[in-house]
Amino acid sequence: MTSSHTFAGRHLLGIEQLSPADITTILDLADQYVDVNRRADKHSDVLAGLTQINMFFENSTRTQASFELAGKRLGADVMNMAMQASSIKKGETLIDTALTLNAMHPDILVVRHPHSGAVNLLAEKVNCAVLNAGDGPHEHPTQALLDALTIRRAKGRLHRLNIAICGDIAHSRVARSNLMLLGKMENRIRLIGPPTLMPSQIDQFGVEVYDDMRKGLEGVDVVMMLRLQLERMDGGFIPSAREYYHRFGLDAEKLSYAKDDAIIMHPGPMNRGVEIDGTLADDIHRSVIQEQVEMGVAVRMAVMDLLARNLRTARANETKKETYV
Amino acid sequence: MTILLTNARLIDPQAGTETLGWLQITDGMITEIGNGPAPQNGPEYGGDSFDCGGKYLAPGIVDIGVKVCEPGERHKESYRTAGLAAAAGGITTMVTRPDTSPAIDSPEVLEFVTRRANEAAPVNVRPMAALTKSRDGQEMTEIGFLRDAGAAAFTDCDRVTANPKVFSRALTYAASLGALVIAHVQEPTLSKGAAVTSGKFATLRGLPAVNVMAERMGLDRDIALIEMTKAKYHADQITTARALPALQRAKANGLDITAGVSIHHLTLNELDVADYRTFFKVKPPLRSEDDRIAVVQAVASGLIDIISSMHTPQDEESKRLPFEEAASGAVALETLLPAALSLVHAGHMDLPTLFRALSYNPARRLGLSAGRLTVGAPADLVLFDLNTPFVLDRFKLNSKSKNTPFDGRLMQGKVLATFVNGTQVFPTK
Repeated sequence: MTSSHTFAGRHLLGIEQLSPADITTILDLADQYVDVNRRADKHSDVLAGLTQINMFFENSTRTQASFELAGKRLGADVMNMAMQASSIKKGETLIDTALTLNAMHPDILVVRHPHSGAVNLLAEKVNCAVLNAGDGPHEHPTQALLDALTIRRAKGRLHRLNIAICGDIAHSRVARSNLMLLGKMENRIRLIGPPTLMPSQIDQFGVEVYDDMRKGLEGVDVVMMLRLQLERMDGGFIPSAREYYHRFGLDAEKLSYAKDDAIIMHPGPMNRGVEIDGTLADDIHRSVIQEQVEMGVAVRMAVMDLLARNLRTARANETKKETYV
Repeated sequence: MTILLTNARLIDPQAGTETLGWLQITDGMITEIGNGPAPQNGPEYGGDSFDCGGKYLAPGIVDIGVKVCEPGERHKESYRTAGLAAAAGGITTMVTRPDTSPAIDSPEVLEFVTRRANEAAPVNVRPMAALTKSRDGQEMTEIGFLRDAGAAAFTDCDRVTANPKVFSRALTYAASLGALVIAHVQEPTLSKGAAVTSGKFATLRGLPAVNVMAERMGLDRDIALIEMTKAKYHADQITTARALPALQRAKANGLDITAGVSIHHLTLNELDVADYRTFFKVKPPLRSEDDRIAVVQAVASGLIDIISSMHTPQDEESKRLPFEEAASGAVALETLLPAALSLVHAGHMDLPTLFRALSYNPARRLGLSAGRLTVGAPADLVLFDLNTPFVLDRFKLNSKSKNTPFDGRLMQGKVLATFVNGTQVFPTK
């Protein structure tokens, strides 16, 4: 499966900047990397000679591991920097950190930051490809792309599906990137959760909003659960974890309102017994949670491959210009 | 010393008129005003004569809420640079804020500031003082001493005195001295940490947001306290449609309340933040277009009394940060008038109405004799062209800090000359 469209972006900052054709291009290439990853010899050298730096200003084990593995399988030199432990504690600004790194000539910068827009700001100051691995509650584009790939492979298409996103929408970058991506691909999106966890004027994003899990799940093809952060369970946004589980936790009874072949997704890490019933999460007939993790590596390989191609083209053009001056 | 300004379109915000005429200045005061050509103009006339070329002459702007960063952060703005910027912007009186470091909360600091202002700024400066010590909202300042030392008004600026007991006592004490208290209307817990106004844009950008209702709640609380204390009160910035009915009721009930709005809330909306542009981060945050239109109409109707620059210099370092962490505020002394003229060009109000909000109302509220185009008033004047188009270049501003949201914007209307007490302070000869 190959498409004639070429993704021309210099960075991947969000789903907002992608066209439906860009999304299809990325997913098509990711499909190929899924096959590569299932082989005994997974190694390729499309990123050989390139340096990838993972800058995580916020804790993450899974996403960072996924990016690291993706880079290594493509032959890049990968370095991890745990930023919350280092320079920002010493008062260095984000831009100074970026300029310092830039001087080390990285080619791909993978950035996670607790503040929305921080990755955009950083991208303006460096001359390498920047990949947003999550900025505040703004965007998490590779998560949305891996979710899309999972859905496309499970359902055979990525359009005209009824998709429910359930839980803490307000604080979730996963929800924002997903509703943008799934909307661009012309799906019908429902958001389900307590009104205290819904962002303001979310009804203006072309989605249907429910605060009743059963009504919201009626006839859906995909059920996407979101993680409820521990710090939001203490009575500030919801009364308690157990009341949340009772009203919004996914169990077999609530799931019975969805289509019989509806799939269950979760970006991880899961709170079993808070937003999702443990047995349901492990049900290999319904849950695609493990596939999501697998697709994550493939999608990140595809994105980095495409960004590296664009980076090489841009650099070749610069060299040409210099030669002819 | 006599100067005659001839052939000028005189804007009288008090009478609400705009007429072609002339104006005579003697010893820094307006001594005669007339329609048509000046009778005593000619070679036989003794004083200086100045042909205004048919351009507009209005009372100079009285700008309440200017932040000059002395003492503490002179690298961001000094009295010299702010004064030059004000002169270039047609502002003849800067009413400066006490949110410096340290805060202007004692007669000693106020005296320092007054001295600095007098030696460095070419325009009038009327400093305000803090309402509570260190603007902490705990103990009131020496309101009596500060008033004797020349404090124009008392304000903790963008900090809300959250404790109603402290605030009501300060209001009561200030009222007994006839002192004006200026407050920031905002429910402090609801607005804590907010960078933008909640709504579709905030959701899309994933930024911490505050509901517009926080302003209304802040205003409602203050109105109750004014009713209780009979204080003389001014709300620094009313920026939302939902707060306007409360303001209207309070005025109708005879409370001594006025309200202002910043030029940015009249000319920009939340979407201008676009891709996390921190020069558009102000406090309170920019609002929706519906709110903007509502407050523009409130200025036109007179419900909102005063337009201010809310001039807040910030250096590049405090703005070149992720949006949430970046400092709030924008410089505006030089852009106030051109931006405000866009309201006239858009047909929202006429020039006398605009200058009522820029000059006459703020002067009257502070008990100053400026802001009027009448005989006996100080000759604080601005001469401007309504139509000259120009593209704003932030690096050409006089302010030390260049954090204007209008950089690169096409603006219309330019200051040609500014006079303070009859002396031309811009352009300098």
